[in-house]
Amino acid sequence: MTANSEIDMPAQTAGITHSEVTSVEPAIAVNNLNIYYDKFLAVRDVTIEIAPRSITALIGPSGCGKSTFLRSLNRMHEVIPKAHVEGVVQLNGEDIYRPDVDPVTVRRRIGMVFQRPNPFPTMSIYENVLAGMRLNANRLSKPDADEIVEHSLTGANLWGEVKDRLDNPGSSLSGGQQQRLCIARAIAVEPEVLLMDEPCSALDPISTMAIEALMEQLKDQFTIVIVTHNMQQAARVSERTAFFNIDGPGQPGHIVEMDLTEKMFSNPQEKATSDYVTGRFG
Amino acid sequence: MTATMSPPQSQVSSLTTGKMHRAIPFAICAFSVAVGVVAVYSIGGFKWGWMAIVGAHLYLLLVTIASRVIEDRRQATDRAMRTVMTIAFTTVTIPLISVFWKVIAEGASRFDRKFFTGGMRITPEDMLAQMEGAAVGGALHAMVGTLIITAIAGIISVPLGLLTAIYLVEYGKGKLASAVTRMVDVMTGIPSIVAGLFAYALFELFLGPGTRSGLSGGVALSLLMTPVVVRSSEEMLRLVPNELREASLALGVAKWRTILKVVLPTAIAGILTGITLAVARVIGETAPLLVTAGVAQDINLNPFSGRMTTLPVFSYYEYVQPGVPPETGIARAWGAALMLVMIVAVLFTAARIMSHVLKPKGLK
Amino acid sequence: MSQPVAQEKINKAPTSVPDRLFSSLSRASAVTILLVLSGVAFFLTIVGWSGMFGDIEGMSGSDNFLEYVGPLVFGTVYSATLALLIATPLAFAVALFISHYAPRRLAQTLGYVVDLLAAIPSVVFGIWGITVVAPLMSKNVYPWANDNLSFIPFFSGTASTSGRTMLTAGMVLAMMILPIITAISREVFLQTPRLHEEASLALGATKWEMIRQAVVPYGRSGVISGAMLGLGRALGETMAVAIILSPSDGYFWSILTNQNSNTIASNIALKFPEAYGLDVNRLIATGLVLFLLSFGVNMLARRVANSGFSGAAG
Repeated sequence: MTANSEIDMPAQTAGITHSEVTSVEPAIAVNNLNIYYDKFLAVRDVTIEIAPRSITALIGPSGCGKSTFLRSLNRMHEVIPKAHVEGVVQLNGEDIYRPDVDPVTVRRRIGMVFQRPNPFPTMSIYENVLAGMRLNANRLSKPDADEIVEHSLTGANLWGEVKDRLDNPGSSLSGGQQQRLCIARAIAVEPEVLLMDEPCSALDPISTMAIEALMEQLKDQFTIVIVTHNMQQAARVSERTAFFNIDGPGQPGHIVEMDLTEKMFSNPQEKATSDYVTGRFG
Repeated sequence: MTATMSPPQSQVSSLTTGKMHRAIPFAICAFSVAVGVVAVYSIGGFKWGWMAIVGAHLYLLLVTIASRVIEDRRQATDRAMRTVMTIAFTTVTIPLISVFWKVIAEGASRFDRKFFTGGMRITPEDMLAQMEGAAVGGALHAMVGTLIITAIAGIISVPLGLLTAIYLVEYGKGKLASAVTRMVDVMTGIPSIVAGLFAYALFELFLGPGTRSGLSGGVALSLLMTPVVVRSSEEMLRLVPNELREASLALGVAKWRTILKVVLPTAIAGILTGITLAVARVIGETAPLLVTAGVAQDINLNPFSGRMTTLPVFSYYEYVQPGVPPETGIARAWGAALMLVMIVAVLFTAARIMSHVLKPKGLK
Repeated sequence: MSQPVAQEKINKAPTSVPDRLFSSLSRASAVTILLVLSGVAFFLTIVGWSGMFGDIEGMSGSDNFLEYVGPLVFGTVYSATLALLIATPLAFAVALFISHYAPRRLAQTLGYVVDLLAAIPSVVFGIWGITVVAPLMSKNVYPWANDNLSFIPFFSGTASTSGRTMLTAGMVLAMMILPIITAISREVFLQTPRLHEEASLALGATKWEMIRQAVVPYGRSGVISGAMLGLGRALGETMAVAIILSPSDGYFWSILTNQNSNTIASNIALKFPEAYGLDVNRLIATGLVLFLLSFGVNMLARRVANSGFSGAAG
């Protein structure tokens, strides 16, 4: 089944190959999701399931809509005016796009780490970790706050490096440390899912390794979805990989196939996938 | 200084031949100044202004001729233009220095206790003292008035302007936003006296003709101040990287909290700077207050009724209606002018310092 | 698939009460500003109406409104134009000096100095103008100009000995609008693409040739719009003119005499405090004329600015 033939087919049977069906209840289930910017269809007809407590990588050429898709998973794409979706995204069986659901609540449960480290410049390292609570005016006792900071920074493999200078501004850290601070900030609010949008693309190789090692640890507690343009990274860290593609400029992005990472890189079902992972395009 | 970047002249180089030795312009300069001084002195005595004018023009002429002879036409034009620019800049700094010099020289004489402790309610004894040339009367009522009216303007303009800027940057995308932007744009150029007339007309419609009050003065000033606050705050809010908003939203923080706790603190240095400059702009306004708040002899603490004097209006009236003999009134006018210039300079400097000190370390 | 069904979904997303409160509050502020600012012309028209068309007998001076406001409009435009003619070349040179000639480290401080000029209250400029500029000019320049240049109509008439002339007013106004023209010109000069500058220099151009080839064409529209904004400000400037000028009723071209057309703003400042009855309304009506005048000039300035810094293309 080629990518082109999908267009004419009814959505339900659109040919995304799921050779490996997750045996457990999925953390996130996406059904026939179309994502629009105003009238422009950016991503069409995505149906995938994301397994809990594992790492799922989204790969594909630039402009194929993988970041847009990722941002639709915690309704961050709504920050852009007139962006909206059709279809269903379920978090543990609950539709996050139901009309009475506040996107703010969704984002508390599905955290996000961005491409470039973005600690709050007005806050210290300590305050940055607590930002999720403090900004929501949750009252914390000092011991509780200390506990959360230490726990989150430890979880982000940063505690040892910063424990003596928690009052320094977050921006005083190196790029890789800043990104781990952002991860600590995201996990401090104890989300169920962690979305990562090319978290290493602005970092040097050493920092990248540190983040990858961290992801390996975090997947015991969190469901992680990572967008990466780096196929080696996807191969190194993820259990499952989804390949997104685009037919041409102005066309909507769509998912080509999703499978266990091992299989995607050794024996993909679609030609487009094998072309991409072997470096023939993109 | 590309033109004078040449190695020592002892080395003969193809790159330096045909260039004027760098000492020549200095020599011409010294010669021109000397000629200017001597020529002007021999004709009309020691007039430093004329000396400078003659010297500068002579230098311009000679350096161009020298360059034309030693170098070429293109270099001559270049040197001439460089000289013209420098002369123009110097010309502009002269009035600036002159203003400060004059204001300090004339105003300092009235920086006495009476000036800061009393108003203009002048007793018969004061009148007599004034006839004999003593310094009487003070500007306390004008200082208090300035404080009250500027505070009113600030209380109206800052929240209104800041919230509007927030609307424009964080919420507004449609027709309303572009209408507001255009209106604010146009209104930054509104003549200040028109703002005064507007406030007068507004209060006249509601409170009857001839109303003068501190409040209407404050409203007039806020009309001038609000556009400035909107523009500068908007600019500063737009400088806050979008990534910070996203980081906060992704933590499940509501938008209004994101704006109040992340966006505003990040932009606060610039916003405060803008507000300070806006205050500096309106605190020296005379015309709108002339028609709205009027002039009073005494301290008036009630902005809702009665006339209220501010420093600029006080300075104006003391100059144009100085009383008898005029020297004492004019001295009061200069005193108020000095006070005003000092306030503006302090605000101006404070704004500069603020924008450096308060800026979050993480932002370039 | 072409028509998104979920269009309304974005608007329906429920937001918390404080969120809605805050956004309506900021929206309300924006609407308030819009209303108030557009109310300026409205209120001036209402109150000024009887000044334009009311009973002339009730006003001092029995000419009709057009005859009343005519010389004032003339004086306003004349003094502002004079100021513009003096300030623009100076501002152009100063802006270029700061952006391209002064050492980089000094440039910021020099910019600050020029900005400081803008911050000086106009009443201070006025008093300074009449005590420093006016006597200086009337002693040193005006007699000479009057003797030697009186064949030009502008310099004819009896030279003022007090210096309270249109030229003095124009010079002080020029000092007051110079900072704004300088600031805007400097901004566009600094934005000249480095590539254009370097391309020119690499061809062996001298600094001035580079400026003529790369900087001036690029910044032309910026200078023009800065000058227009300066003109707008000069039109509305009140105190300096009110203090310096010795006004008369009528149209006067000569810039060295004691007979000068007054400006709208200065006329209001001089007459308003003592005015009563319909005279007040007439003054407010002249204010409306001034508002429209400066509004027009400002719109023109924006149009020039928005036409883009397209000089670079030509």
